[in-house]
Amino acid sequence: MSRPAPARSIRRVLLGGTVASIVTAALVTTTVAQSPTPVAPVAPTGEVVRLLTHGSFALSDDVLASFTTLTGATIQVLEATDAGSAVNQAILTKSNPVADVLYGVDDTFLSRALDAGIFEAYQPAAAAAIPAELQLDPTGQVTPIDYGDVCINIDLQAFAALGIDPPATLEDLTDPAYRDMLVVEDPGLSSPGLAFLLATIERFGESGDRTWLDFWADLRANGVQVESGWEAAYYGGFSGGAGEGDRPLVVSYASSPVAEVFYAEPQPTEAPTASMTDGCYRQVEFAGVLAGTQQPELARALVDFLLSEPVQEDIPLNMFVYPALPTAQLPEVFQTHTAVPAAPVTMDPARIAAGRDAWIEAWTQTVLR
Amino acid sequence: MSRVATVAAAILPLAFLAAFFAWPVLSILVMGLAPDGGLDIAAIADAWGRPWLLDTIVFTVALGATITLGSVVAGLPVAWLFARVSFPGRTALRALTVIPFVLPTVVVASAFLALLGPRSLLADLVAGNPWLPDLRLRLTDSAAAIVLAGVFYNVSVVARLVGGLWGQLDPRTEDAARALGATPLRTFREVTWPLLRPAVVSAASIVFLFSVTSFGLVLLLGAPGQPTLEVEIWRQASVMLDIPVAAALALIQIVGVTLLLVVNARWQERLAVEQRLRPAAETARPPRTRRERALVTCIALVTILFVGLPLLALVERSLITADGYGLGSWQALTVAGPRSPLSEPAIGAVIDSLTFALATLCIAGPIGLLAALVVGYHRGWLPRSFDALVMLPLGTSAVIVGFGFLIALDRPPLDLRTSILIIPIAHSLIALPFVVRAIAPVIRSIDPRLREAAAVLGAAPHRVWREVDAPLIGRAALVGAGFAFAISLGEFGATLFIARPETLTVPVAIDRLLSRPGASSFGQAMALATVLMLLTATSMVVIERFRSTRAQGTW
Repeated sequence: MSRPAPARSIRRVLLGGTVASIVTAALVTTTVAQSPTPVAPVAPTGEVVRLLTHGSFALSDDVLASFTTLTGATIQVLEATDAGSAVNQAILTKSNPVADVLYGVDDTFLSRALDAGIFEAYQPAAAAAIPAELQLDPTGQVTPIDYGDVCINIDLQAFAALGIDPPATLEDLTDPAYRDMLVVEDPGLSSPGLAFLLATIERFGESGDRTWLDFWADLRANGVQVESGWEAAYYGGFSGGAGEGDRPLVVSYASSPVAEVFYAEPQPTEAPTASMTDGCYRQVEFAGVLAGTQQPELARALVDFLLSEPVQEDIPLNMFVYPALPTAQLPEVFQTHTAVPAAPVTMDPARIAAGRDAWIEAWTQTVLR
Repeated sequence: MSRVATVAAAILPLAFLAAFFAWPVLSILVMGLAPDGGLDIAAIADAWGRPWLLDTIVFTVALGATITLGSVVAGLPVAWLFARVSFPGRTALRALTVIPFVLPTVVVASAFLALLGPRSLLADLVAGNPWLPDLRLRLTDSAAAIVLAGVFYNVSVVARLVGGLWGQLDPRTEDAARALGATPLRTFREVTWPLLRPAVVSAASIVFLFSVTSFGLVLLLGAPGQPTLEVEIWRQASVMLDIPVAAALALIQIVGVTLLLVVNARWQERLAVEQRLRPAAETARPPRTRRERALVTCIALVTILFVGLPLLALVERSLITADGYGLGSWQALTVAGPRSPLSEPAIGAVIDSLTFALATLCIAGPIGLLAALVVGYHRGWLPRSFDALVMLPLGTSAVIVGFGFLIALDRPPLDLRTSILIIPIAHSLIALPFVVRAIAPVIRSIDPRLREAAAVLGAAPHRVWREVDAPLIGRAALVGAGFAFAISLGEFGATLFIARPETLTVPVAIDRLLSRPGASSFGQAMALATVLMLLTATSMVVIERFRSTRAQGTW
């Protein structure tokens, strides 16, 4: 057992509470004793701090375990399927919180979470270093932890075979040269789908000669394919990578080409896909202390920990998003294989909350009906 | 069963359903519809007044009915094959048909695409031959894709639940009809079908509920913009975070399903025919005539093609590596390191999945058996309502049950929100109906004269039960046990929507792999899906083996 921490498998739980806590206590004592910079634990060993997050959460075992070295407490990760479920669970259990910290609420759900009053105002000292463009919560209740750019991904081989250049801008996507080539996700069901919708709203605006709805009407005329979610779009519609589809353009993440390289065995020198640098939307994920936590000290320590350099530098290769802390070093594979978006769009969470339902309804009428 | 025994048998299932279904669901409905104590009429009217609601309900019912009809039509011949014919490889084929049942929707979608999609072998074939019709399948094609996948999932439900009773029908009744000159078709229509109907109705109701509450299938394969009620409840609760609307829609679902279940239970009772059941081992025989052999071969081949080919396509995809075919994805499963999306080697996930499945079996098995005794031995509105209650979790939105767990089970003695126990409990809620529906039709069909004869011969009541009923029930219970196991392996139900302690079962691991881009993540997901297939098939063979040794032992 490399990590004396949370119940990652039932086998460990079935060891029985007593045995487990003795083992944990023993391991904690050893790790603390061996620690080069002795830190006085702020909590008695054996305490557990609960982190509610979404199903894409991942950090290296040793990094998670280092929290125990720092505080004496262990992190129990509670996973909801997606960010929406995680936020909803925090809202539903407001009076008797299921966790101490929520991590993974993004800009599209932030307003709802803030309105529901589920957070206790807290930001780590290190948050001052985070770029202003990521600081979307003026009330200081939550802290940006990471961000990712939703961008069009391109199957490079398919375009090489066709002998044409891939599209470079959002406007290109309505060009008949790229007819029947694009797959997008339904913004009413999918998080990257909504992000791409917001990018088009910000880019084309809600009034003028060519509004965002005109753009989508053109996309529809140009044969856009809609899937329910990212998995269906990327593995079922897209032709790049391992997908079963036949369309060379898909709404995915700027970091997807990195993952295509990183998980391949052997690693290729060139990524098989690339991301378009225009028309990207920047999703920001936040963490906050849940109001009503029984252990506010530990909860705050956990938010500090999420923004600490070891965690921030562990984030990219585990979750394929970028650390919020500008001083965190990016892994080399990230530097080589991501195209930096030209001018990624962000949107005020309050505006998203106010407009979302009507936008999705209008989009559905324009694209699907 | 005496009154006292019945009440005693009903207590445990009732307590289980009250604590883990009724209480959580009521809590979430009250929170959504009556947040301040009084009923929030405006919110309900708003939800029920949405213009798309009627369309959605009609589409949901039509989809469920089509999948059910398709599954019954496709499942009956398979049920006959499994119940009545002994042929080499029967156990293997039975195990094969259960596999689709446990596979995650996204894997099934991949399987069909790998077989029929734009980049499949079929696509190459079509591309080279312009005169061949373009049969290529797209994910978003039409409701046809959902129905195809729905039947693929549910064929085994019909085959097993109907086959369970069919295997115990006395073949001499049919033989007599044949000897009197009836054609095989007429024999089926006039002799077999009336005896079989309770099991068919029972299986059909399960398939229907299972189809209308399957949200992954519709999300993944359905046409965008055409949701079912279940998808809409999920979207309102989980994406729009609008609990009042989700609760108002869930109320429609629950009331509709309850009505359906009460009617269905009454129907089942009316159709039940008491008869002399035979041990399954005695009724199956090898095909005798050439026509029978041809029929058996034909059904077996179609089953193997329909179920086996998509599964084989998954195996093929798991063997694709950067440079041709190889075991790269399989090797990657045995290690977990910084370059794998999984935090531990896949064997850990296999052990976790098996442990949960065993736990589900231990919870749903005994509780389901008790419930089946109550439902099977008694008639009237009380047992019927009880039967409907047992089935209701299958027809209730998983997201509602999941969120209900969260707000209802948050205090001692039932502070289970983040306990690992919540997982087998949620699986058991879905497994219970299968256990009950596997056993109850058999109990209803037991000829009381058998018991009377035993009593006349001097057997005490408990001995009558042990000698007459128990062996028949025991075998039916094993069919139910197989389903309970498979349901847990396939991770059905509310577990998707609870904040579960980080556990890595095989379906969760597959999902995690598929949430990452990359050819090798995809390959590993396909390899792990193959592991899940083997795991399911092996478990089914083990359970079957247990069944046949039991049968020999008691008869």
